[in-house]
Amino acid sequence: MSGIAKKMDTKLPERFKPVIDYQSCRTCKRCVNECSFQALDFRDNRVVPIGGCVACGRCLAVCPVSCIEIRTVPSQFPPHGNWTERMRRAIYAQANSGGVLLSSCGTDVEHPVIFDDLLLDAAQVTNPSIDPLREPVETVTLLGGRPGRLQVSEGEMLRMKGCGNPLVVMDMPLMIGHVSLGSVSYNTQKAFFMAAKELNIVAGSGEGGLHHDFYQYADHICAEVASGRFGVDPQYLKGMAAVEIKIGQGAKPGHGGHLPGEKVTPLISETRMIPVGTDALSPYPHHDIYSIEDLAQLISVLKESVEYSMPVGVKIAAVHNIAAIASGVVRAGADFITIDGFKGGTGSSMRVIRDHAGMPVEVAVAVVDKRLTEEGLRNRVTVCAGGGIRCSADMIKVLALGADVAMVSTAAMVAVGCRVCQQCHRGLCSWGIATQREDLVQRLDPEVGAARIVHLFNAWNEELREVLGAMGIDSVESLVGNRDRLRYQGPNPKIAEIMGVKHVGEGWG
Amino acid sequence: MQGHGFTAHECDCGQGCTSFEGGTFSIDAGVDGVPMHYRELNCVIRQAIERNVDRIMLRNVTGQRYIAATASKKDLYIGIHGTPGNNLGAFLDGPTLEVFGNAQDMTGNTMNSGKIVVHGNAWDVTGLSARGGKMFIKGSSGYRVGIHMKEYGQRWPSLVIGGTAKDYLGEYMAGGTIVVLGIGSKTPSPVGVSLGAGIHGGKMFIRGKVGQEQLGPGAGIAEMSAEDEKELEGLLGEFVSYFGPVLERGFSCFTKVAPLSSRPFSGKYDKTNL
Repeated sequence: MSGIAKKMDTKLPERFKPVIDYQSCRTCKRCVNECSFQALDFRDNRVVPIGGCVACGRCLAVCPVSCIEIRTVPSQFPPHGNWTERMRRAIYAQANSGGVLLSSCGTDVEHPVIFDDLLLDAAQVTNPSIDPLREPVETVTLLGGRPGRLQVSEGEMLRMKGCGNPLVVMDMPLMIGHVSLGSVSYNTQKAFFMAAKELNIVAGSGEGGLHHDFYQYADHICAEVASGRFGVDPQYLKGMAAVEIKIGQGAKPGHGGHLPGEKVTPLISETRMIPVGTDALSPYPHHDIYSIEDLAQLISVLKESVEYSMPVGVKIAAVHNIAAIASGVVRAGADFITIDGFKGGTGSSMRVIRDHAGMPVEVAVAVVDKRLTEEGLRNRVTVCAGGGIRCSADMIKVLALGADVAMVSTAAMVAVGCRVCQQCHRGLCSWGIATQREDLVQRLDPEVGAARIVHLFNAWNEELREVLGAMGIDSVESLVGNRDRLRYQGPNPKIAEIMGVKHVGEGWG
Repeated sequence: MQGHGFTAHECDCGQGCTSFEGGTFSIDAGVDGVPMHYRELNCVIRQAIERNVDRIMLRNVTGQRYIAATASKKDLYIGIHGTPGNNLGAFLDGPTLEVFGNAQDMTGNTMNSGKIVVHGNAWDVTGLSARGGKMFIKGSSGYRVGIHMKEYGQRWPSLVIGGTAKDYLGEYMAGGTIVVLGIGSKTPSPVGVSLGAGIHGGKMFIRGKVGQEQLGPGAGIAEMSAEDEKELEGLLGEFVSYFGPVLERGFSCFTKVAPLSSRPFSGKYDKTNL
């Protein structure tokens, strides 16, 4: 660091501090060894915090005597309602570096959560509720295009002409979102794929190709084709459950990906099909897609490539003109459309985009469902929605707003150990999730991870069945787009109006 | 063929659209001037490949798209008379395609290996994201050509354009070689602007002038090495073998464009733990 740079460098106060109870500490140093952020050291025969703690909680988990507590350091800045600590920290950092701020996970800005303003309905007297223990409540969900109408041939017998559309049958209206190998570790992706197979649902490959070890899970993987076309070859396209063209990602609409060269290890190189140590840059747009007509061609060439044996979908980030875009995407021939809300996760994205661009998935799904219905297109596609779905209630609400499938990634990652410390872009994940460092990757046992995701998703699906039963609905298909089973109780009735949801207190009539 | 929608094409249409003679499987893609639908044409091509045919000739091709997409038979040759449509040879992995005419947009999209020879022009977005294989275009190409071509292992894509290329050539390039010969070019530079923007691997050889104002961010003009000359000589030899002697020898008229860095964005970001 040059003299002037040193003088310029403003040291930011610590946000978190591990506090060790020295009475109980056995000085086993496990916490020091496990801290991948190097926030702990062993000096003068005791463990001392040396700064840089991100509250990932690894030390707490490995301490055999539970003698560590991570404290949030009270703000060291003079209080100000407008010039929040967050604002000032960003300014100091950028005045030091001159760089574009990077971040990861979904946005941590406290945007309003529309899910929390929605209340579910339940059946009473006039429409009896169903006990899912006694009666079947169907959660099987189909992913893929529909013919839109039944074609029958005339004659003595009515005969249905083959619809011809390939469909993926899933046991629940849930899928694990696209998380690439590179953004997460081999063991993490393996856990996702194992869980998807066990649950009979689909998991996304992410845009980094598919490691050859993972082809055994291919019939439960949706292969992503993004602008960098990493790892996309005939083998990758054929034999999967589905193919998805990634146009955008909720956490960074309008942006491509950038996997820094440090993360392009031999394993990643092999999967993405690029040299070791080079930056993996995904261009912002697909340079063969500058229009809906161009998109139609990429959809068609992929369908031709897979010989019409699997659905081909398109993922778009939730942006302000989403309804019209979605209409174009369906008209371009997409069998399914995935809408990624702005609270979706990322392994690395520019903070300004993550925190400020896009729109909530709740509204996006509702307006897309409405537009497609008005235009007579809704029954031709499967709508998947993700980006900020945190619990079964969110999943149920997003279905009632018009999605067929809820896409979940961050929750699956939390299930395997993620503490949402938002340091993925640094590649130091102490839980072995968002890292390529071999010693860290080994910390995650894929079988344990898979079992935990299976537990979580089964529990959510059971909660879905309970809620459906309470509503008197015996199949999840009847919940999709069923806004009558929602009421809005939030601060802005305009949002409810846009979503087509009645205000709390309004009846069915 | 599950869910294909078309029944197996056994050439019983009575119009003689396919024939098999002397080891060559011929398909007439436009009997009586009526173009065959691209799905049908591709279906017939796939069936021929499944039957282990290694030489296919297509006639009267009038804009049918996606021809030979994902075709993966290494020793397969497909000759195309007429004008194939967009995305010719997308995801191609091994075969040789030879077009006796012009190709349209997105030729060789995300090609893995194989060869595409075009005795004419190949327009916009040619060779997008190609990871391997060779493409020889006798004539000119359009905008956004060779974007994000990349290398991997033994694979090194090459694209030789006889005429000119327009703007955005070789943007985001991460490996491979692009050659523009500028034959018949009316301007001193046979390429447009934003040349190699974001390039972080590979190289381009432009026969003619390249001004600094034409270069995109991340691209620079570099010296030709002996290795470059050897590579260029090989590619030019192959070009001449397809299209005849059209060039005087000598490398002094070539300008080499190469990345300034393999990590063009490494200094852009701030990873401070806020």
